[in-house]
Parts: sequence; structure tokens; C-alpha cells
Amino acid sequence: MALLELCGITKSFGAVTAAQSLDLSIQPGEIHAILGENGAGKSTLMKIIYGVLQADAGTMSWDGQPLHIENPAQARAYGIGMVFQHFSLFETLTVAENVALSSGVSVARATTHIERSGARFGLEIPAAAKVHALSQGERQRVEIIRALMGDPKLIIMDEPTSVLAPTAIPGFFGIVRDLAAAGCAVLFISHKLSEIRTLCHTATVMRRGQIVATVDPTETSQADLARLMIGRDIPHPKRAVATVSDTPILKVTDVTVADDNPFGTTLKDVSLTVHGGEIVGIAGISGNGQQLLAHVLSGEIPLSPGQGDIVFDGRPVGRHGVAERRAAGLAYVPEDRQAQGSVPELSLTENALLTGHMAGLIQHGLIRRAAATAFSERCIDDMDVRCAGTGAEARSLSGGNLQKFIVGRELALTPRLLIAAQPTWGVDIGAAQAIHQKLVDLRQDGLGVLVISDELDDLLEISDRIHVMFRGQLSASIPRAEAREDVIGALMAGSFAEAVAAS
Amino acid sequence: MIRIEPRTRAPGLWAAVPPVLAVLATILASTVILNILGVPPLDALHYLYVAPFSSRFNFAEVLLKMAPLLIIAQALAIGFRARIWNIGAEGQLILGAIGGSLLPVAFNDSVNPLMLPAMAAIGMVFGMGWAAIAAWLRTRFNANEILVTLMLNSIALQLLYYLVSGPLRDPYGYNFPQSALFPDVAMLPTLISGTRANSALIVALAATLLAWGLTQRSFVGFRLRVGGLAPGAARYAGFSEHRAIWMALLIGGGAAGLAGVFEVAGPLGQLQRVVTPGYGFAAIIVAFLGGLNPVGILAASFFMAVIYVGGDVAQTAAGVPHTVNLVLQGVLLVTYVAARVFTDYQVTWSQRAKA
Repeated sequence: MALLELCGITKSFGAVTAAQSLDLSIQPGEIHAILGENGAGKSTLMKIIYGVLQADAGTMSWDGQPLHIENPAQARAYGIGMVFQHFSLFETLTVAENVALSSGVSVARATTHIERSGARFGLEIPAAAKVHALSQGERQRVEIIRALMGDPKLIIMDEPTSVLAPTAIPGFFGIVRDLAAAGCAVLFISHKLSEIRTLCHTATVMRRGQIVATVDPTETSQADLARLMIGRDIPHPKRAVATVSDTPILKVTDVTVADDNPFGTTLKDVSLTVHGGEIVGIAGISGNGQQLLAHVLSGEIPLSPGQGDIVFDGRPVGRHGVAERRAAGLAYVPEDRQAQGSVPELSLTENALLTGHMAGLIQHGLIRRAAATAFSERCIDDMDVRCAGTGAEARSLSGGNLQKFIVGRELALTPRLLIAAQPTWGVDIGAAQAIHQKLVDLRQDGLGVLVISDELDDLLEISDRIHVMFRGQLSASIPRAEAREDVIGALMAGSFAEAVAAS
Repeated sequence: MIRIEPRTRAPGLWAAVPPVLAVLATILASTVILNILGVPPLDALHYLYVAPFSSRFNFAEVLLKMAPLLIIAQALAIGFRARIWNIGAEGQLILGAIGGSLLPVAFNDSVNPLMLPAMAAIGMVFGMGWAAIAAWLRTRFNANEILVTLMLNSIALQLLYYLVSGPLRDPYGYNFPQSALFPDVAMLPTLISGTRANSALIVALAATLLAWGLTQRSFVGFRLRVGGLAPGAARYAGFSEHRAIWMALLIGGGAAGLAGVFEVAGPLGQLQRVVTPGYGFAAIIVAFLGGLNPVGILAASFFMAVIYVGGDVAQTAAGVPHTVNLVLQGVLLVTYVAARVFTDYQVTWSQRAKA
């Protein structure tokens, strides 16, 4: 008998149908993948199962009995656990205290549970350690242990590998297999095809709120899975030979900056150069100081004396703020497009003005409205942004289209150097491809491009050289020809930092 | 379980609903309150909302009280849109009144026509200086400007008490705590002859135009708005937060200072212990009631002025306490905020889960 059956589950948000008559069946001990692009409806589906959302129509059954879940507490009572993509742990508390807090047991009992689960599933973690001292992978273990607290029969894992170094992934898969062998079903949500093919017994592919196929991933090729997921072949950006400039556009020397956040990562002796005509990638698992580095390079956090040097186009700019660096020809696509790259409540024209005001859109302190509209029209046309026109509010655009608009705006400023942080986060494959092609085109035009991303596949595809960031340190750059996934993967797990520390 | 979720409806005409509801609720509440004080409902409605329009003199009083409210509210709204909360317009107005009184007290028999513009300039600088204390403390020590501006109001009042009973007191004034009467060149021209309405209203209307241009057309206004809506985006774009704080507080302080000059150079004609019937606080309500929109504020300041005059009429005609004015302002603000909750958010009821 199936452990969990979904029949005709439908959920709409206003005019958007996020889930349309979904049928799904999960067996005990099965590792079941839900595969789909961003916005395909994966999250909606799992939120319905976990009781965060209620379906508009359809039925669920659990062990053959009808299942009604109104909130996560009820889901946990049934034996459904969840490991979220973004951790919800208190950094100042210990592992045991975190587990005790969320499950309402004593710290002593939580400690026993942590030790027992650790021994049984290879989830070793010191119960008395403070969470802020743990790596992302260790924090994920805490989340899994917490989910195991209620002896679940089903665990939902939302993009669990996105926080892990490539080298940590095999170990994590071992844990998942152990769980399944013990009879616990795992709902594994991911968009990474190779992982699903290695790990999962069954894969349900979603597209635009519908289930398009349920396949055996071990029997289906990666290309076929991709085609099912996006409905067509994945295109690759076209690269041509580019001329690399003799002198670097950006030269960063020994930058050492502490984060304001007491649990943040400190940048240690970071050095890098970017020439015209090359794309330099910075790989690394997010949370290793990439955000601070981006802020330091963009000028949001200017350097103080003794914190290192940044030379842009031959001129020192380390002490300069955002406005001066932008005036010198630096453009920046930030990681957070809702809260940084755009103002959700304002129109696209006003959002174009945010950084586009330097392109002659201001006269005598007044906004040249016709020119601003024309400028934002150009951003929309250049990047093929799908929107209701220049007057549309930024929040009305999908994540991918907003990102394309921001990229278009930064490029319309004709910069000398473009810094792009996580340019394809939460962006569908079509938009990601358009952004990648644009970055490659820029390189052909002789611009310098610095891409900070935790999607290693993306970096391998477009970069000429790749640095790896780990706990605030930057590795030497690896040329494209030598940058294989295993080489970079080892660096992402910190092998170079240990070498530095040992020497 | 009650859940409150933001509505995703586009604004537009809905923006007019909360102020209209608040005005209606205030009219209703005022009749009830005056009835409790022994005034029949129809009389109450007449005193508060008909009498202000019933005579040339009364209507001129409305225009007289509208001017300072309008000037201050337009300036405060610019800061509020940037989420910089200047609660100290009352104190900045007092400083403006003090600054504006210096020249006419010192040169009491002057006939120089430049007297009034000079008073206005000094008053504005005084108001700005008072607000600058808050701006400096905020940018230097990150001291909350709400608390600092609020507390500076009390200091301003004590400073005024000291000056009118000491250095600025009229030596021939039989020891009354007030300055000498201002010379004619220090007085605002009257707008409607035979009444107290003066040309401050023209300045207030000009300020409205200026505020509209600043918020809707200028790059400075855009930067301030971005800073208020999305501080992260403002930092990303390189818009300085310190500059926004200084600008917002100086604009508010300058406008309040100017309104202070217009009080002593208008209806008062001298510096007294009381130079404002709470205009600095009422203007905060006006700014919000007007939706922080220059045109909305124009209408809101008019309604607030009507309540002021209506309250005065009720006081003299029916003997209700003058604090009724303050109560009505409170009702106006509370009902407006409550209405905003229901237009900006939706309340959904769901059954309590049986966990």
C-alpha cells in the first residue's frame, strides 16, 4: 500500500494555478524526486503535504486513510518531517538546545536523540556545539536530526544539496539511503539532474504546475530529464575567442575586512585581477564571504586604510563609495534583486533610474521623464523582458524577468567592468541562458566580467578562470582548461585553505 | 485564529478610502462626544462643521489656521516618505518664532521694508538649527530621531518661557511675559480685509507646489523615496543615507520655523508664552491624513483647520473645554490608522487547529 497518495490536488493563487490536479503516490522507503524548474510548482506541492498551504481541491490519503492537514504541527504528528532549504536555527544556541526548542523536549532528551540518530544514520554532530560555529553542511545535519525527532515515515527535503560542497554530497547521499533503508520515505526536491539520477528511485517531473511525467531516473538520460523539465533542449551559450587586455581592469590586493555580523565571515587577504575580455568566476558555497566581497567591490563597504587595495582602471578606488566607482565605469548586479537591485513598489522606469540616473537622465536636478522612459524601454528590449511596459511595478515581474531587467539596466550604462552576484539564482533556465549569453557577449566586446555564483555548473560553462572562496579566503585561479568539477569541488571543501594554514 | 495579510491590490482610488472614512468617523465621534458634554447633536454639528463656513470672519479663521498646518505638513511628508520621523515640528516652530522676533524686538521702530523677509530667513535658520541637533545625533551616534525631536520640543518650550520672561520681555509691558508689539513692517499683509487671514496662505500654497515638484519631478525626491521604500536599494545605488537624514530634517525644521515666524508676524503680533495651538503635532496628522501626497495634504490641512475653528466656536458658544480639539485630532488619527489597516491588509478568520 502506498504511504502517501495525492489525488487531483489543485491550488491557485489568484489567476495563477500553481498546482493543477496533481496525482502522486509515495511508497514506504522510497526516495522520490520532485524535479522541476523554479516556479514549476514544487514548493507549492510540498507545502500542501506539510500543511503550510491547503489545497483548493483534491484528496490526500496516508496509509490508506484520508489525510487532512491544516498546519505543520499536524503533519509532524502524522509522521511527516521537513528539511527546509533555508535553515531556521538559532545561531547563539547549541545543537541540543535548538532541537529541544522546536520539539518541546528537555535538552537532555534531545542530546540522547542527537547521539542516537548520529550513530544510526552517520549524522555525527556534537550536541553541545553552538550552531554559529557549524558549517552549512553540519547545520543541515541538525535540521535533519530535528526532522527525525518525531520518528517520521516521510521526510521532505527541499534542495538539500544546494548548501553542500560537491565533496560532501556523496556522504549526504549515504545518509539519505540509510534513512530509506530504515523504511522512511524521502521526498527529494531538486533541479539538479545528475543527483537525482544517482540517488532517487522514482522521479516526478513538474512543469507549470502540472506533472508531465513520472519516470525511473536511473533509466532516463540526463538530456531526456532536462527536456521533460523545460519542455525543450537546454541551449548553451556560444563562446568565441576574445582578446584579453594587457592591463587588468580590476586589481584587488590583500583585502582583509571583518563582517559587521558577529557570526559573519571575515575576508582574509583576498587578491584577484580581472582583465578586459575575460570572465572570472568565483565559486564557493554561499555563506563563505561572497556577499561581503561583493559589497567591498561595489563600494557599499568602502575600505579603510590597512584593509588592502582595489585598483580600478589604474586608479585606486578602495576608499571610494558606490557613486564614485559607478562613475568610473563599474556596474553591479546584486545577489538580492528584490531588496537591493530594485524597489518592488516602483515602476520599471523608476527602477531604471536607480542606477541609470548617471546616463544623462537628470537635468538641473529634475528627472527627464521622456529620456528615463526611453532608457527603461531599451533595457526591456535588449534583454527581452516580459512585462506590461515601462510603467509596470517591479514586483509584478517574475524573478527571471526582473533579473533580466536589472542586467539590462547595468549593461545600458556601458560599464568597463560588470560584477554579477548569483546572476541566475531562482531564474528559470530560459532566462539563465539569456543572461549567460549576455555575459559571454560582453567578454567578446572586451569588458571585464566577474561572476560570483554557487552554481558550479554555470561557472564552468562561462568562465575563463575560476577562483574558489572558502571561509573568507580566495584560492588561486584555475584556468578554464584545468577546471574540472572534482578539482573545484575539492577547493570548495576548503582543501586550499588547509594547505595555507598548514604552511 | 485571526490572520492579517497584506493586500495585493493596486492602489489608485482606494487610497482615498481611509481619509474619507476617518473624516466621517471624526464627524460622528465629535457629535457623540459633545452630546456627552451636554450639547445636542444638531448644535454640535452646527458649531463644529457649519459655523466655520457661516461667516466671512470664521472662514477667514479657517484659512488663517490652514496656512501653518499646510506649510509644516508638506515638509514633514517629504521626510516621512523617506521614513525619517521628525516629531519635533512643534519645537522647531517655537524656535522659528523666537528667531523671527529678534529683529522686530531689537529694532522696534524700524520702517525698513526688508524687515519681514529678514525675519523669515532668521526664523527658518533657527528652525533648521533645532532640527539639525537631531540630524547630527542621528548621523553621528545613530540616536533615534523620533525621541530626540520629541524631547527637543520640551526644551524649546522652556527656552521660549525663559526668553519672554527675560531677555525678550517688553520693558514697558507691566511685567507680562511677552515681547513688545511688532512694528508694521514686521507684520504680514492681510489677505481678506477686516479679517485675520494673511498672506501666509499664499506662501503655503507655493510650498505645496514646491513639495509637489520635489516629490514628483526632482531627483532629490526620488532618492529620498527610494531610501524610505528600500534602504538596501538606496545603498546599492549609492544614495547616501546621511544626506537623506540631513535633508529631511532640515526641510522640516525650516518649514516649521517659517510657520513660527508667520504666527508672531501674523495673528499674534508679538512673541508670547503660547505661539502655537499644537500646529506642529497636528501637522503630523495632516501629513498622514493626506496620504503623504501634496494634493491630499492640501485637503487634509483644510479639514484640520475646520476642526480648529469649529472647536473654538463650540468653546465660546457652548462652553465645552478647549481640549475637545485635541480629542478630535486623536480620533482623526486613530480612525485613519485603523482604516489603513483594513485597506492595506485583509483579515482572514480560520478555525483554530486542533493540534
